[in-house]
Amino acid sequence: MFVLRHARLDDLLDALKRRGFTLVGPVVRDGAIVYDVIASSSDLPIGYTHQQDAGSYHLIEAHDGAFFGYTVGPHSWKQYLNPPRTRLWKAKGSANGFEIVQENANVPRYAFIGVRACELNAIAILDRVFLQGSAVDFEYRRRREHAFILAVDCTRPGGTCFCASMNAGPQARSGFDLALTEVFDNGEHYFTVVCGSERGDEVLGELCLEEASEPERQAAKHSIEEAGRHMGRKMETAGLAELLASRVEHPHWEVVAKRCLTCGNCTLVCPTCFCSNVEDVTDLAGAFAERWRTWDSCFTLDYSYIHGGNVRKTAVSRYRQWLTHKLSSWHSQFEMSGCVGCGRCITWCPVGIDLTEEVRVLRDGATAVTIGTEKGVPDAKH
Amino acid sequence: MRDKSKPKLAVWKFSSCDGCQLSLLDCEDELLDLASKIEIANFPEASRAVVKGPYELSLVEGSISTPHDAQRIQEVRRQSKFLVTIGACATAGGIQALRNFADVAEFARYVYAAPQYIETLSNSTPIAYHVFVDFELRGCPINKAQLVEVIGAFLNNRRPNVPHYSVCMECKRRGTICVMVAQGIPCLGPVTHAGCGALCPAYRRGCYGCFGPMETPNTVALSSRWKELGAANADLVRAYRTFNAFSEVFRKESVAHER
Ligand code: SF4
Ligand code: SF4
Ligand code: SF4
Ligand code: SF4
Repeated sequence: MFVLRHARLDDLLDALKRRGFTLVGPVVRDGAIVYDVIASSSDLPIGYTHQQDAGSYHLIEAHDGAFFGYTVGPHSWKQYLNPPRTRLWKAKGSANGFEIVQENANVPRYAFIGVRACELNAIAILDRVFLQGSAVDFEYRRRREHAFILAVDCTRPGGTCFCASMNAGPQARSGFDLALTEVFDNGEHYFTVVCGSERGDEVLGELCLEEASEPERQAAKHSIEEAGRHMGRKMETAGLAELLASRVEHPHWEVVAKRCLTCGNCTLVCPTCFCSNVEDVTDLAGAFAERWRTWDSCFTLDYSYIHGGNVRKTAVSRYRQWLTHKLSSWHSQFEMSGCVGCGRCITWCPVGIDLTEEVRVLRDGATAVTIGTEKGVPDAKH
Repeated sequence: MRDKSKPKLAVWKFSSCDGCQLSLLDCEDELLDLASKIEIANFPEASRAVVKGPYELSLVEGSISTPHDAQRIQEVRRQSKFLVTIGACATAGGIQALRNFADVAEFARYVYAAPQYIETLSNSTPIAYHVFVDFELRGCPINKAQLVEVIGAFLNNRRPNVPHYSVCMECKRRGTICVMVAQGIPCLGPVTHAGCGALCPAYRRGCYGCFGPMETPNTVALSSRWKELGAANADLVRAYRTFNAFSEVFRKESVAHER
């Protein structure tokens, strides 16, 4: 473990830039922390944090000089690895049908700056989905294979975080090239640095860092442990996959469905949701065609439209599909949970539906109590 | 000479502001292509030359708000193989359907010096209340890229890529920060049909519902959220009662908050 003084963060970023990476990291925009291309550490949300709860998000100026004093905002790295819209191919009409137009689309070599532990796990899930098994996704692979990952441990979990329950944080354990822990200790501001790959090692070599001292190691360890004890949410996961599979007919689904807008926000902010729709577009003349892949959601009707009609017409069936896929059937499909506990779906649900609460109710078997009832959702009058 | 192999397009106007059919003229980049594939046979806004029907494709703008409209739409249907309604007037009755919540005779007395000459129906209704419609393109006004998509799909014999889900889907795809969650601004996006590309939230305003209800709108739950954010009943009535006031779901929701 090494130590990087906070004033030298740009040395690290510069070393990545010299290697040809496009840096993508957190920035403040329109009242939230989002991911975008950055030039240097001064673009980072220095001194900002945020307060999150079900259906609400507030950006806050903490004036503490921390580079990474926030957790995760509405964006996730999937927008770079599996963009919202991707052109799969284009073609032009020819004498005997059509021919594919060859393209040399260059995908930037990204360096992701400030990847959280939950997000490392989310990327591992996307890797499992897109890169393993018989069908390897070319578009995902060419974005993923060069990506450099600079992880940063969480020392201040957010109000909707529950990575500790999902065994997915707050400490970065694997899947990074370099991992930092930002420490404030006795007036000192520094990062402890751990290396996770050969590429990470090379970058570090260039910086000639000192070994972290024992007190520095302890301070870093302590702040991560503290973070683990201050999660905003909790979820009991023991036997959860089996339990949910046995709750298909539970009356609580109706209660959630009354509140659910079937808007799809939860799925699009979730760092592990990967579903897409494929659309063919043609020009008016019919001489040119393109095939696009766009993010889709199990909350749309088209998503579950099959020959003869839609198989998930009700909000009950769609919310149940989402929750049980994340927490139950994902296990049988990919041998892992589909949820890393990042809390985005809780924060960014416009009506504040909270899967940790829904799971609690489904688990207890209680039907009458649910969050939000005190606020009152009236019966549908129509 | 007419090229008889080309399908004929007609554009019809009922009670409306012309904004939607002007989107067609606005398609400058595509107009040449369009004219090479389809014969613009009846489009008074663009040309006085009219080629007789029947027409392979009719674009219908506007709502039915007079007895004459009600008769004429039957004739348009008879002459049209494929009839597409465009815009909030044609698909939901438009802003003029606000009269459906009031007394039209009283309105006429306020507005016109000689109301006895006004011949109007008490309700402004969507085209689909009167004749079978093959496809509805939503929006106030419609999105011209979607119009090109619908015509392109028609010409190439495929289904148009016009999704019926929420505006939120477009908002998230473009990476906009939700104004409702981050700013506490009431937004109609979750119950509103996509199509505008989530324009208003990108400028930090709540969605106004220009494209009418999405496929499975839960207005009741959204309204209670609006109330938590400080909206009064009157705000809700006004929000649901704009360009798509007479769409079934928005109508019921606005009425529910009137009491
Ligand atoms: S389900 Fe929710 S908490 Fe879990 S990974 Fe997805 S967005 Fe995060
Ligand atoms: S869920 Fe855990 S790792 Fe993710 S942002 Fe929150 S505290 Fe950090
Ligand atoms: S759970 Fe929330 S975010 Fe997800 S579809 Fe329902 S209302 Fe939208
Ligand atoms: S700003 Fe409006 S349209 Fe966009 S995600 Fe939020 S609620 Fe949906």
